[in-house]
Formats: sequence, structure tokens, C-alpha cells
Amino acid sequence: MRLGKSLVASTALALIAASGAYAQSLTIATVNNGDMIRMQALSSEFTDATGIELEWVILEENILRQRVTQDIATSGGQFDIMTIGMYETPIWAERGWLVALDGLPDDYDKDDILPAMRAGLSFDGTMYAAPFYGESSMVMYRTDLMEAAGMDMPEEPTWDDIAAAAAAMTDRENNINGICLRGRAGWGENTAFITTVANSFGARWFDMDWNAQLDSPEWLEALTFYNDLLQSYGPPGAANNGFNENLTLFQQGRCGMWIDATVAASFVTNPNDSTVADSVGFALAPNKDGLDKRANWLWAWALAIPAGTQQEDAAMEFINWATSKAYLELVAEREGWANVPPGTRTSLYENPDYASIPFADMTLRSINAADPNNPTLEPVPYVGIQFVAIPEWAGIGTQAGQEFSAMVAGQQTPEQALARAQALVTDEMEAAGY
Amino acid sequence: MARSVTLQRKSFNTLIAWIIGLLLFFPILWTILTSFKTEAQAIADPPVWFFFDWTLENYRVVQERSNYSRFLWNSIIIAGGSTILGMIIAIPAAWSMAFVPSNRTKDILLWMLSTKMLPAVGVLYPIYLIFIQLGLLDTRIGLTIVLMLINLPIMVWMLYTYFKEIPGEILEAARMDGAGLKEEILYVLTPMAIPGIASTVLLNIILAWNEAFWTLNLTAARAAPLTAFIASYSSPEGLFYAKLSAASTMAIAPILILGWFSQKQLVRGLTFGAVK
Amino acid sequence: MSTKASRSAARLMLAPAVILLLGWMLVPLTLTLIFSFQRYLPLRGGFQGWVGFENYVRFVTSSAFWPSVQATVIIVGGVLLITVTLGILLALLLDQPMWGQGMVRILVIAPFFVMPTVSGLVWKNMFMDPNNGLLSHLWRAFGADPIIWLSDASMLSIILIVSWQWLPFATLILLTAIQSLDSEQLEAAEMDGAPVLSRFWHIILPHLSRAITIVILIQTIFLLAIFAEIFVTTQGSFGTRTLTYLIFQRVLESQNVGLGSAGGIYAVILANIFALFLMRIVGKNLDR
Repeated sequence: MRLGKSLVASTALALIAASGAYAQSLTIATVNNGDMIRMQALSSEFTDATGIELEWVILEENILRQRVTQDIATSGGQFDIMTIGMYETPIWAERGWLVALDGLPDDYDKDDILPAMRAGLSFDGTMYAAPFYGESSMVMYRTDLMEAAGMDMPEEPTWDDIAAAAAAMTDRENNINGICLRGRAGWGENTAFITTVANSFGARWFDMDWNAQLDSPEWLEALTFYNDLLQSYGPPGAANNGFNENLTLFQQGRCGMWIDATVAASFVTNPNDSTVADSVGFALAPNKDGLDKRANWLWAWALAIPAGTQQEDAAMEFINWATSKAYLELVAEREGWANVPPGTRTSLYENPDYASIPFADMTLRSINAADPNNPTLEPVPYVGIQFVAIPEWAGIGTQAGQEFSAMVAGQQTPEQALARAQALVTDEMEAAGY
Repeated sequence: MARSVTLQRKSFNTLIAWIIGLLLFFPILWTILTSFKTEAQAIADPPVWFFFDWTLENYRVVQERSNYSRFLWNSIIIAGGSTILGMIIAIPAAWSMAFVPSNRTKDILLWMLSTKMLPAVGVLYPIYLIFIQLGLLDTRIGLTIVLMLINLPIMVWMLYTYFKEIPGEILEAARMDGAGLKEEILYVLTPMAIPGIASTVLLNIILAWNEAFWTLNLTAARAAPLTAFIASYSSPEGLFYAKLSAASTMAIAPILILGWFSQKQLVRGLTFGAVK
Repeated sequence: MSTKASRSAARLMLAPAVILLLGWMLVPLTLTLIFSFQRYLPLRGGFQGWVGFENYVRFVTSSAFWPSVQATVIIVGGVLLITVTLGILLALLLDQPMWGQGMVRILVIAPFFVMPTVSGLVWKNMFMDPNNGLLSHLWRAFGADPIIWLSDASMLSIILIVSWQWLPFATLILLTAIQSLDSEQLEAAEMDGAPVLSRFWHIILPHLSRAITIVILIQTIFLLAIFAEIFVTTQGSFGTRTLTYLIFQRVLESQNVGLGSAGGIYAVILANIFALFLMRIVGKNLDR
């Protein structure tokens, strides 16, 4: 397309012009999560050491995704470093939009990065994004409530254990809900969680010929189970609760259990924010009795350099700083080991100081239990556990998530939600030319 | 007797009007109050009203995280710039339509309004591509131009309706006295139209200040105004009502203050020809 | 009155505005039109060939299309109904003698200054949240189960939020119109013993008709484009996906620019039909 070529050419020109005026200043787009805010606060250390100024663009997750996708797809060149996830990395790398992270120095020690993280952020064996923090999902539960109910949470629970525990802990009079789960629509919100449930029930999004499989009995069983859990033991308004809403509820002591990202462990055990900090236990994400697939997901927020930036070297230097072992030590020294960005490096979990953190071991086990290359019981043509790594996924996952959300709100049955999701997924896949 | 009835009625009017006024203002008041609470107080049930330990902690945290003054400055430049630029173009256009109308004037006016019907999301890709080519991404000048274009139809229309109410005889009299076009506009028309112009300026500043689609999508770091500032506080991890309130208060305070001080001017000209 | 010279001068003065707006309309519209006939998937490498009217057919036949048109109409209609009705009542009230009129006006006008993102966030979190929102506290204080606003009353919630923002605008315009009403005429009617309702119906309302049309026209233009309020609250769930939001999902979430562009063209057409209809009425009023 001729227009495209001339656009690229003029972009390059504009970039050269722009970089002349703003030499040695990096524009970093990132998400407004606590660990990133901490990175921003600590980044003056980087500027002091290197003389490279940093311009931060900190946005809420949805807006960030939209902004960086728009920019990279049009070669807008607005950012020198982008915070992206496991979903975007392989897709963008395949298009040649990202700079391969080969230029990291030896002492960066790539081999130290957890294999699952490195695999998820690579394309064709080359790493294109450096993990800033990584996560799987696990069960967080209230030890005091379990004890009061006379129950024990196994370290490797099944869904039946979860349902029984939720029933036992639910106490509507005292505003305690047995279980809190994501219900808010979005591919990175409820669809991510529901997909892991579906995986553990033996369901899958697509068969090997890319035919949508939401009309399968496994999907119906999984979705019905999820819906029943929330209807019977969930908080009011569960259909609007995403990660953050549930975190708030759990910290306020209103959830008996919460199955969500492992990074939440440091927030719910932080006595400054959490009223239940010293009575939280952890367990592996559940499986269905008799099926050998746990509902673990795998995700990393990672730093990547868009191809075409004029500041590749400086950007590489920053990534080296922010995802290094030294950065973990810097955070530990300033804020304590519990606040170190988790889930990226083997050495962190071998560190005795870190191993004493109550959730460290379970986080590592959860991450290791996740396998993005074999996410389902039956074979699938895609990688990704709680997402499908194709460009159409963000649209598909969010629209399907809206149907699931409407189900949790009581506006439709699981059958109806699945029928609609199946139709719209088929539609979108057709539009994309499958 | 008659007087006491009106007094009674006046008291009743006052009571009802104040209740409604406070009800409408309440969300803003609550936001401002919450911004001075701790996160725990912000979600307390029953809610705490005025008697809590007022703290500036949230403002400190927000300021530490974001360089508020830069966002503010960008907002001022962009809203102010687009308004000035827009007035320079809109005043002559409105003047010519009001005082030298042709049979197509009405069509042109309505067509101008119809350009606002283009859904922004639908044309984001084209505009983004054009901006890349012109090197206008993340520049104040680029945003200034876009916001000016978005609001130009409203400005022209508002000024047009206002100018039309100025009796033509006055202009004729000035012309008899030998005033040229320039003098006519500068010394006769403008003073008479000041309320309309002031009101248009104010409305346009408000609209430009609050525009949240283009300002978010066409900026990164350098030109980002307060709409982008607020986008980094919408759902962080954990309790955040107090911090959200502080950021919200910081984002709306300047325009709220400006609006309150100038509400008389704003109201006087905000008729869009509704009065005849 | 106008001479030949002043007419050409007038044309010259009108030219910049017309040319700029023409450019602002035509350039993006043309590009959108071009994209709408392409398979254009940025994440799959961009341009993938011409597809004729495929995008147009796909967009209208999608199960999301008609519900989104319906949602748009309900939201725009609902907000107009609330703001115009309450606006008239409020304007009538503010026109009455009272103490602290200026202060009340300041309170009433304030929501108009709040940016849509902020108002969406504040309403969603601090008022409508079923666990920690103020409204849920209020409901519980009376022993009721809190309403789950954004899912169980999603449409109503959005309409309320947007109405809150636009009520001041409607009130102000209607207030100026009421103030221009000949008070002698009203007093005469009052003397004749015409009841309040009939005075309102036969004198005030006809006088306001022009102002009401203008409020409807201007608000409609802005309401058709509302986006931020939905984006930060329901994100199009629970039946609140408007046409604008659907296009957003196609273009930015699904990254299908061709399909989204076709949707954009539909939106332009629908908006213009609507506008044409409205403008005919206003146009008539402008002549009066």
C-alpha cells in the first residue's frame, strides 16, 4: 500500500526531527498499577546514574492498551518504551514492531528469568519484552473464617472443595461473601478468569480448525459452575467487579475466598491497606475432580521497545535497569521484600530473605503449574492460557465477556450467554478471514 | 396582607431552590470533601461528613506521582489557544452571516453544525495517520487546532445568533458617519457584542477543557492535558476513592472557579437565539 | 442594505471558517470512506485488499447493530426528556423571587463544568458502587438492599449521569428565555384568574418552544457522541452499547478498521437524518 509506505517514511522524518529536540529523554507508557508507580518513584536513581531523562505516561489499563496499540499499529512513534503483556508481545513481534532484546548485557542474566515468563514473552525463541512482574492465579482465603467453619483448605483444592468452602463461609448477615470472583466484562477481566475455569473443565475456545467451541457441554458445565458460585455465594453487584473491586472487598474482609492474580497476595497481606492481613492463606488454583488441568493463568507485564524509536540504546538501558536483579534489591532495601515485583526471576525465589514471605512459595508453584503452550486438555491451535494469542482476541474476549457479565447480573442464562458468545465469536473470526 | 403572601412564597421558593441547588451540587461537594479524607474514611458506612481529620495526604500523593502543573498548563494553553484561534475565525464568519445574509446563509450554518455529527471514534485512524504525517502528535498546536475545529460550529452559531439581535440601523448610522468595515467591526459592533463574545469564549473554554477523546488519543507526555492526568487515577490497586477525589478536584477546580466567577457573563450570552 | 463591496468582503470573512470545516469534514470522511471498502486489519499488517460493500453488510447484519441503535436512541431520548422537563421546571423556579438567587444559580450550573471522565468515575465509584457507594449506604440505612445500579439499572444509570451534566445547560437557556417573557402578559392572565397550569400551557410553553428546540438540537449533537461516560462505567455491558461505542469496539478493540469505518459512515448517515429532521424545525424557527 503506497499510502502506508509514505506514511512510514514521513514518520521516520518526524521522529528524527522530534528526537533532535528531545535527545536523551525517554517516553515511557505504563499502567497505573502499584509496582509501576513505585518504579516511577524510584526512577530518579536511573536518571541520576545515566543522565537520561524520563517522561512518564501513566494510564489506566484499558486506556493504555488502546493508546499503545493504536500507536504501534500506525507507527506513531509516540513512545520509546511500552508496557505490554504476554498477549501483545508475540503478535507484535511477529509483525516486526518490537526491538529484539538481544542487546541486554551479560550481567542481566537472561537465564535467571523464570522459563514460563521468558517463553511467554518470546517469539521464535527471541525475547521481545522483559518481564517487570509476573503472575499466575491462585486461591486466597481467610484462615480465620475457615477455622470458624471447621474446615481445612487443601493446598491443591478441587472445584468441589471451593464450592464447599464458599458455602461454609458465606454469612450474609455479617456482610461476608463466601467467594469473590471477577465479573466485570473485559478480555483481561472476567473472560480471563472464566477461560481458566473452562480450561480446567476440559473446554477450549477453538478446535484445531479455528471453529469456536463455546457450544460444547464442557463450556456449559464450566460457565454454569462459575455462575452458580457467584449467584449463591458472591457479593452484590459481582457483575461489575474486576480485579480492583474484588481486592477492595477482600481487604475490607468481605470475601471468604478470592481466586485471582498472585500479585494480589502482597496487597491483601499488607497491614496498612488490609484489615485481614494476618489471616490470609493461599492454595493452588483448583482443578475439576478427575481432570488433570488446573485453573492457573500466566501473565506478565513487560517492558518492550517499539521498532523505529531513535532511542533504542537508552531504552535498552532503562529496561536493563528496571527488570534487573539490582532493581529488585533496590525495592527490597527501600520498601521491604514483600513489595518487590514478583514472578520474574529464579534468583528471587532462591533468596532466603524472599522465601520467608508467606506467599512466595505458592506464587512460584502457581507460575510453574501454568503452561501456555498446552493450555487445555484437548489440543488447540493457539498459545495463551487465559487468552488466545491472535489479534482478534481483544475484541472477541471483551464482547464474550459482556455476555458473561450480563449472565452474572441475572439478565440471561449460561445457555443464552454461550449461544450469543458463540455467534459473535464466529462472526468476528469470519470478519478476520479465518 | 399581599406582602406577607409574597414573603411566604419567597421563603418557599428559596427553600425549594436551595434544596435542588444543593442536591445538584452535592456530587461535587462530596468529591471535594472525600479528597480530604483518608482512604478508610472515604468508604466509611455510615459516611463521615465534615468532622474528620482533614488531611492533605491525598494531594501530596497525587502531586508526587504526576506533575500536575504541567498537565494544568497544557490544559490552559490548549483550551485558551483553541478559543482564541476559534474566535479569530468565527467572529468574521458570524458577522458576515448576520449582516450580509445571502439565501444560502441558513444552509451554511446548519451544514457547519452537521460537521459535528462525525463520530470521533470513526475517524480516529484517519486523523491519527494525518497527524503522524504532519508531525502533530503530542503537540499542543495539534490539539489546539483539533479542538478549535470541533467547537468552531458552535462558536459561529452562538455568535451569529447574538449578532443578529444587534439592530442593523446602528451599523448603517456608523457607515453614514464614514466608518469603514474595520472601524465598524472594531468600534461599533464589538462593544455591543461583548456579552455574546464573552459568553461564547467561556462556553468554548469549558468545552475544550472537558474534551476527553481527542485530548487523550492524540497526546503522550508533552502535550497531555488534565483529561490524561485523570486517566491515571481511574482504577489503581486497592482503595482509591480519596486519591481519585483529590485528582478529580484538581482537574475540575480551575474550570469550576473560572465558571463561577464568570457565570453572569456566561449566562447572559448563552441563548443561541432562544430569545426573540 | 449591503453593497457589492461589502458582500464580497463578507464572503471573504466567511471563507476561512467554511474552508477549515470543509477540510475537517472531507479529509477524514474521505479516508474513512476509503477504509470502509477495504479489509484493513492493522494487527495483521494493514491493508488486505478491497472488499466492496462487505464491511457495510457485516456491520448491519451483526447482532449488535440494532440493539446499539436502540441504546443510542434511548439514551439520547431519555436525557433529552429529563433535561428539558426538569430544565423547564427549574428555570421557572429560578425565575421566581428568592434569597440568594445568584448562589443557587452557581450551585445549579456547577455540574456543567465537570469533565465527563470525572463525572463518570465519581458516579460509578463513589455513588453507584453497590458495596461502598454512598447510595448503597443510603439504601442500607433504610434497611433496603442496595440497587446494583450499573448492571441492574444500567440504562437508567447512564441517563442519570449524563442528565446531571446537561441539566444546567438546558436550565440556563430556558431561564434566559423565560426571563424575556413579557411579565405584563403573565400578570394580565393572572388577573383574569387563569389557573397556573393553563398559564403555563398557553403562555409560557409556546414562548419557550424556540428555546426548547434549540436545547434539543444542541444537546443531541453532543449526546450522540457521548463516550467517556460509558467507557468508564459499564464499558458497553448490560445493553448500554451505543452506536458510538460499537464503532469504538470494532475499530480499537477488534482492530478492524474497515468494519469500524463502515460503522462510522452509518453513524454519519443516521446522525444526519436525525439532524436534518431537527434542523428543519430549528431552521423554521430561525426564520421567525
